[in-house]
Amino acid sequence: MSGIIRLHFELPGNDLMSAGEASSSVKKKLNQLGINPAAVKKAAIAMYEAEINAIIHAGGGTLAVTITKDRINIVISDHGPGIADLDLAMQEGYSTAPDYIREMGFGAGMGLPNIKRNADRLEIKSAVGQGTTVEITVFF
Amino acid sequence: MCGVKTYFHSVTLDEEKCRGCTNCIKKCPTEAIRVRKGKARIINERCIDCGECLRVCPYHAKKAITDSFDMLQSFKYRIALPAPSFYGQFKSGFSRGDILKALLKIGFDEVYEVARGAEIVTAATKKLFETEKLKKPVISSACPAVVRLIQVRFPSLIDNLLKLEAPMEVAAAISRQKAALAHHLADDEIGVFFISPCAAKVTSVKAPFAKEKSHVDGVLPMQDVFLKVIAVLENDPEACTLEQAGFEGIRWASSGGESLALGNDRYLAVDGIHNVLTILESIENDRLEEVDFVEVLACYGGCLGGPLTVENAFVAKTRLKKHIDQARKSDLPTVVPSHDELLWTLDIEHRPVMKLDDDLDKAMKKLEALETINDSLPGLDCGACGAPNCRALAEDIVRGMAHETDCIFVLREKIRALAAEMMELEAKMPPVLDREKTNGTGKTGIGGDASDGG
Repeated sequence: MSGIIRLHFELPGNDLMSAGEASSSVKKKLNQLGINPAAVKKAAIAMYEAEINAIIHAGGGTLAVTITKDRINIVISDHGPGIADLDLAMQEGYSTAPDYIREMGFGAGMGLPNIKRNADRLEIKSAVGQGTTVEITVFF
Repeated sequence: MCGVKTYFHSVTLDEEKCRGCTNCIKKCPTEAIRVRKGKARIINERCIDCGECLRVCPYHAKKAITDSFDMLQSFKYRIALPAPSFYGQFKSGFSRGDILKALLKIGFDEVYEVARGAEIVTAATKKLFETEKLKKPVISSACPAVVRLIQVRFPSLIDNLLKLEAPMEVAAAISRQKAALAHHLADDEIGVFFISPCAAKVTSVKAPFAKEKSHVDGVLPMQDVFLKVIAVLENDPEACTLEQAGFEGIRWASSGGESLALGNDRYLAVDGIHNVLTILESIENDRLEEVDFVEVLACYGGCLGGPLTVENAFVAKTRLKKHIDQARKSDLPTVVPSHDELLWTLDIEHRPVMKLDDDLDKAMKKLEALETINDSLPGLDCGACGAPNCRALAEDIVRGMAHETDCIFVLREKIRALAAEMMELEAKMPPVLDREKTNGTGKTGIGGDASDGG
């Protein structure tokens, strides 16, 4: 039990008001642990983007965080539509977000590329019609 | 800043006036206040001197430590540095020259407008944008409360700060140098006094964040200077010769002024400490893409909304506009010194005051405990324990600064459990005293005990 911190968040679908709360809370905890600011920032950005993705594209999901001495591991799972072409989705500017989401300043197609840039390790498993699991690891 | 320093703060508590209510603890953006023994206590390492508590305290128990007018006596030659927000405090019948002239009547030998310093900072900022590769968005360092906030809560944004001296410092350095040359004065004969709208500026003079020592000797609260100035304020057409700053410098008093002066559309101006927190959070999450410059001011309305000002910020803004329009007409020459003199001489450091423990293992254990305790608290954030919210109490408990029973709900539960246990115990009878005949009426029991026992 000791030496590992596990956190769990429910991500409500289409609720942009609460979007970012989970990553904000995790960021606060990392700062309380005294993790170096650069790593905190990387984890926060990657986690925020993934959180927003699950909320916008997949009707919500869950976010599970595991923090150990040397890393943070973030797993975001949803039961949304899945990503048909992962390579395409990884390209900057590619977006399937509907107009109303774009009007709110989201959905610019920077999400996945931004996650990739900030994660030290990234694993995405997706099946059309079943959902997506994004696993992000950032080392301290 | 190097080594361990004790933190100086301008914002302090007036013990006698404090009633130990929850107004200030709930408003503090860094959760730096706790109520202990019926009085608010400021956790020095966390306080950023934003002055929110000064504003919300209904009993005026929070005060800003400033310097007093008596300090002028210690110097042979005294220079007044009025902040641009100063002009917004006076009725519109008076020109900027009139106000500056009045300062000369109340004990100063010279005035140098901080608005002029602001213009020099603007020129230096423009030059930096042209010549250096800056980390975008660049965050203004003009508001010292925001700089401190970044140090304690947003360490990853330290590199985004504009590493230039604030207008006050520039004005102080230049006026000091000029006076020394013109009047053949030694440095310690010159007293430079900033007329301040806020407590944070006091702290930035007494405990500078990016240099060893400030060029300013004393900081006077705008409210005190205002009272002295209105006593001698009069119209004087000749006084306009004292005006040095142009409209762009004066405009720094309101939110957006510093940005507008840069002549770059890709800016964002935010005022009010709680708005500032939100925007810094967005920058940290990389959500602010199309912005090169972010002006962030702790007070609502910018410096015009400072806690040491006299006039309502909205009224002051309208008054300031007249001075801006007037300055627009008088075309003053702009001479700009080389920007190297304005660069910070020291880097500012992260102040990890939120850290639970220096040792990561211990910090993790404490965080785990914090989460467990937090789950056991009612989540009402009532503040009756003296901490701003339940989570802050949980944090205080793991830091050894509080007890679980500080929560009145937990305390009540414990008392209730204890009472239930007492009732349960009360109903139990040791076998030697337990008489089978003793029934519910109690009559025989008590009577029997007393007489039979002998």
